[in-house]
Amino acid sequence: MSTPPGAAAFCLRLVRRQLLLAFRRPIDIANPLVFFAMVIALFPLGLGPAPDQLAAFAPGVLWIIALLSNLLTSDTVFRGDYDDGSLEQLLLAPQPLYLSGLAYICAHWLVTGLPLVLISPLFAVMLNLPAAGILALALSLLLGTAVLSLVGAIGAALTVGLRRGGMLISLLILPLYMPVLIFGSACVQAAVTGVPTGPYLAILGAMLSLAIALAPLAVAAGLRISIDA
Amino acid sequence: MTPPAPLLAARSLTLSRGGRELFRDLSLAIGPGDLVQLEGPNGVGKTSLLRILAGLSRYGYEGAVERSGALLYLGHKSAVKAQLTPRENLALHVGGEGSHGDAAIEGALAEVGLYGYEDVPSHTLSAGQQRRVNLARLYLCSSPLWLLDEPFTAIDRAGVGQLQSLFVQHVEGGGAVLLTSHQPLAVDYPVRALTLSQGSAA
Amino acid sequence: MWSFFHKLGSPPWLYGIAGSILRYLLPVTVIALVVGAVWGLLFTAPDFRQGNSYRIIYIHVPAAVVALAGYYVMAAAGAVSLIWRMKMADVAMKAAAPIGAALTFVALFTGSVWGKPTWGTWWVWDARITSMLVLLFLYLGVVALYEAFDNKEAASKACAVLSLVGMVNIPIIYKSVDWWYSLHQPASIKFTGESTIDSSMLYPLLLMITAFYCLFACAMLMNMRAELLEREAKTGWVRKLAAEGAH
Repeated sequence: MSTPPGAAAFCLRLVRRQLLLAFRRPIDIANPLVFFAMVIALFPLGLGPAPDQLAAFAPGVLWIIALLSNLLTSDTVFRGDYDDGSLEQLLLAPQPLYLSGLAYICAHWLVTGLPLVLISPLFAVMLNLPAAGILALALSLLLGTAVLSLVGAIGAALTVGLRRGGMLISLLILPLYMPVLIFGSACVQAAVTGVPTGPYLAILGAMLSLAIALAPLAVAAGLRISIDA
Repeated sequence: MTPPAPLLAARSLTLSRGGRELFRDLSLAIGPGDLVQLEGPNGVGKTSLLRILAGLSRYGYEGAVERSGALLYLGHKSAVKAQLTPRENLALHVGGEGSHGDAAIEGALAEVGLYGYEDVPSHTLSAGQQRRVNLARLYLCSSPLWLLDEPFTAIDRAGVGQLQSLFVQHVEGGGAVLLTSHQPLAVDYPVRALTLSQGSAA
Repeated sequence: MWSFFHKLGSPPWLYGIAGSILRYLLPVTVIALVVGAVWGLLFTAPDFRQGNSYRIIYIHVPAAVVALAGYYVMAAAGAVSLIWRMKMADVAMKAAAPIGAALTFVALFTGSVWGKPTWGTWWVWDARITSMLVLLFLYLGVVALYEAFDNKEAASKACAVLSLVGMVNIPIIYKSVDWWYSLHQPASIKFTGESTIDSSMLYPLLLMITAFYCLFACAMLMNMRAELLEREAKTGWVRKLAAEGAH
């Protein structure tokens, strides 16, 4: 019998729990990466294998695939906990749902966004992205995928109560992904052409700050609505 | 002596679903020492009422609910993660209660008859055993108010008897229990019955 | 003040007042539309560069302006529904979404038709067209989310959250798309930029914009009345209305 933990300790517990769950099913971490690799393989087949042509498309292509692989996993953020009733318990916890939601998103990013960032140089090489763009790609993905996870969680929270949320969630959140795509791919493009990437990363960072501040509000509201539906 | 302040008070709750009124102007107060059984035929709104009282349903009803003190709500779903062991399920619970020591968790699991199952993956447990993992929270949680939706589902007869004596122990210690169940409680304690019938409450 | 809010929450009162507003607003809308269209299409001089094809702005611009404003109307209704839990705000939000989507589509379609004689192609990834396309997606998202829920009350709340998220994002999306376009603007397509508009063309345009606002209001009120009847189909006042055969 003990007093409820503070919000920070509780969030740490949630992150540990989500990570433990993810590591018990490592295939779920690997799947988006395999998806990424397979879609990479589609582009030379569709566009032709000419290296300079691939290099020209690489910044945009890499970012679009990152966006899609994030989209594929965003539905799962709250789905499992909704199905087995854990989400009800989370909503009844005395700690603020704003922070709990943020903990879920953080864990989701750690198992989807971060691996993508780490493996992105490999994919960049496969698409002939010039070496100058590789660091910019990793850095822009580092900031950008965090925004994608935050925005995706809004869609996940709003659709978790629906039996077939998968297709709907793309319709809801893809338009919201567009600014990240624009600045993410422009950042890589800038690095390739030798323009400083600082401003682009700063804008992505600003988007991340805004998303951290506001997205959990929408996530909390969405979860309360979904659990009621 | 003034009566103790209620742990849960609901005033004039009215709920309709799909144009059909489930209950109207339902008021109730539950204080320390109350063991309340919510009864009624299927589809009469027992679970809906419990979810409103727990604060999970926020829309679609009229009236007001006030709670003081922490709440433990156990619903139909067991909230047990199949990939985690019973020990991990309790240690990393999302319900927001305090962190429990290993000894406390082992004690609670032993109480619900899962001694020796602490570290096996929960997906190897039977449905009844998984529900028992969830019920172990009753031994760990210090919340005074328990709202339990069909706590006896999939629990064997000995387990049901043990749970019922736990309820009595809890209310005698100043807690309160509101549960839905179709089977009568066989306890040596006054049970308040709250019966929902079609379109009204008595 | 409070009694007004109280009345606003009462479906029969809202149904009635929407009806009386429509009685006056509908003729005004029709007159404004007819006058604006005739004035703009027949009585203004052709543009010295684009000839007569520019006249589509009398449909295109009002539709685009009101479509964007409509999203904010929808989001404002969503905020009211979330903060004050006013059910009538749900009705307003649900009524606004399809109209906004339709106007966005009209703006896109007329923009495309205008693009053919002006740029020689039906579709150009121009900043404004792209932004309108995103707006259409945002509207469709709200409509699709509403339809996906069985519980219409939860549907309204979820759409309210989504439209607020969209409202925060619209300026970001617009600015991003603007910036993106300025980065990629191809040299072969040259725009006149912020050209000034002659007042003889401006006044009919302003009249058409006003008319489109009225049109939006009329369509929204009609939608709200229909939605109210559907939601309240089992209540006394609707039955009475049906029995009277009232309009």
